[in-house]
Amino acid sequence: MSATTKLTATRLNRLFLAGELSAEEIVEAYLERIQAVDGQVGAYLTVTAAEARERARKLDARRKAGDTALGPLAGVPVAIKDNICTQGIRTTCASRILENFVPPYDATVVSRLQAAGAIIIGKTNLDEFAMGSSTENSAFQVTRNPWDISRVPGGSSGGSAAAVAADLCAAALGSDTGGSIRQPAALCGVVGLKPTYGAVSRYGLVAFASSLDQIGPITKDVADAALLLSVIAGYDRRDSTSHPDADRLQRIQLPTDPNLSGIRVGVPREYFAQGVEPGVRQAVEQAIAKLAELGATVDEVSLPHTEYALDAYYIVATAEASSNLARYDGVRYGLRAEADSVTEMYLRTRQQGFGLEVKRRIMLGTYALSAGYYDAYYKKAQQVRTLVIRDFEAAFRRFDVLVAPTSPTVAWGLGERLDDPLAMYMADILTIPANLAGLPAISIPCGLSQGLPVGLQIIGRHFDEPTVLRVAYAYEKVTQHHQTRPALGQ
Amino acid sequence: MAISRAEVEHVARLARLGLTEAEIEALTEQLGRILAHMEVLRQVDTRDVPPTYHVLPLQNVLRTDTVQESLSQEAALRNAPQAEAGAFKVPKITEG
Repeated sequence: MSATTKLTATRLNRLFLAGELSAEEIVEAYLERIQAVDGQVGAYLTVTAAEARERARKLDARRKAGDTALGPLAGVPVAIKDNICTQGIRTTCASRILENFVPPYDATVVSRLQAAGAIIIGKTNLDEFAMGSSTENSAFQVTRNPWDISRVPGGSSGGSAAAVAADLCAAALGSDTGGSIRQPAALCGVVGLKPTYGAVSRYGLVAFASSLDQIGPITKDVADAALLLSVIAGYDRRDSTSHPDADRLQRIQLPTDPNLSGIRVGVPREYFAQGVEPGVRQAVEQAIAKLAELGATVDEVSLPHTEYALDAYYIVATAEASSNLARYDGVRYGLRAEADSVTEMYLRTRQQGFGLEVKRRIMLGTYALSAGYYDAYYKKAQQVRTLVIRDFEAAFRRFDVLVAPTSPTVAWGLGERLDDPLAMYMADILTIPANLAGLPAISIPCGLSQGLPVGLQIIGRHFDEPTVLRVAYAYEKVTQHHQTRPALGQ
Repeated sequence: MAISRAEVEHVARLARLGLTEAEIEALTEQLGRILAHMEVLRQVDTRDVPPTYHVLPLQNVLRTDTVQESLSQEAALRNAPQAEAGAFKVPKITEG
């Protein structure tokens, strides 16, 4: 059974279509593994066993009846971060305020996955409303890193990354506002792709910071990331920030030849500055040397405003969050605290419903937008954002991709940074700039440091996921890091 | 620049966010530290730099106004903490 759960989505789909594995067998293998291992990991908030079995039966029946349009994800169990709406399935955002929220509709990405034959196997844990870098801000449970269960899986998509790393699903969706797909993917030793802003519909993604949020895949290898992207990307009239060019990403060809001659790789010097652990630096430098061996030209580049990106981000993101989270007022859905007046109801509902990090961000964002501070904080941050974008534009005139570490450190111990919000925010320092600029970026495993996974980040131009994936795929072809799995429950 | 306790209480009121005594104290200290860190942005010369609100050059995304299926009233009210006569029910809003 455990052999099945190790397979990639691409392979599972092939075996299912060939009739070598039934969807029911696949689903049972995963449910068994979840039963055996998720008690230690805590990746899932909800396991949709009944729905998955039902769907598997239907897929098996369709295949037996000779249906040849089953889709590129037919038979593939996929986990969904619990801030992405699933019709009829509780969607909590790991918050008390949405503990009993059952969406009356599916997010566009969920509809697209299902149209491609995927089987939703469950909803994964996250930092409340995706605010955090360790998944410890969940109101419901702790998720542990499958490589070392005394450590965090990263965040905020820590449940999705841990589920993929521990073979509790074939692939998963996460969301990335400041690194929430790439950073947990790096810390859990799997592949995580944040697509170009506007490439994947945000319809049905519970909004955190709308100018930064983007949904993307977390997978066992690069080919699977390309496959899932091709399924979920595309223009959607229900998302006003969806881009018409998104449809181009539905057809991505990964070259079988790992030769990278002609590819110009930039190495931003600021991404290797203080705070990057020696073991992380070493693994990433070795990976860069490997790209050069494959024929890429490698040169250093400067992104001088990098050091300001973190602070600009935490102003922009919290400002947008304070506005987006105004909707949780106890009126239309979610928790309501009883009170005699409507204002008192708002105050109590939000007091009881939100955790401390969410309150901290609502406060920071409200402050940054409030009269007298708007120019000094919010406007200033958006101007710095422009400078960060200009840095990238200049770099991409000389280079096709930029490579750097995804996270300055490997996974840290549970609880270590909980009392120090600034130390926690630093975890995103290398992933945030791509969000501010809306660029596509992937994290792929590039080795271990202290026995824990290190992620290599590859950043590309807008809608140039094909080049980002080509470089990642070439690296993966000539290395074995993506095949190294944690020993958990083997 | 530290933030005062009074400012924290004021911002909490703006955000309609009830806070306990302990939370007000913790937030005054933490927001003060975070805002002090953000002072670094003052070093950046942003004269004549336009702010970026959206990273993609999309403008005036319009569509034709066509009749299509939407959520039923029942589905839209299903998550309501309190509903009555096809509407969301809330505590009284006006005094007297």
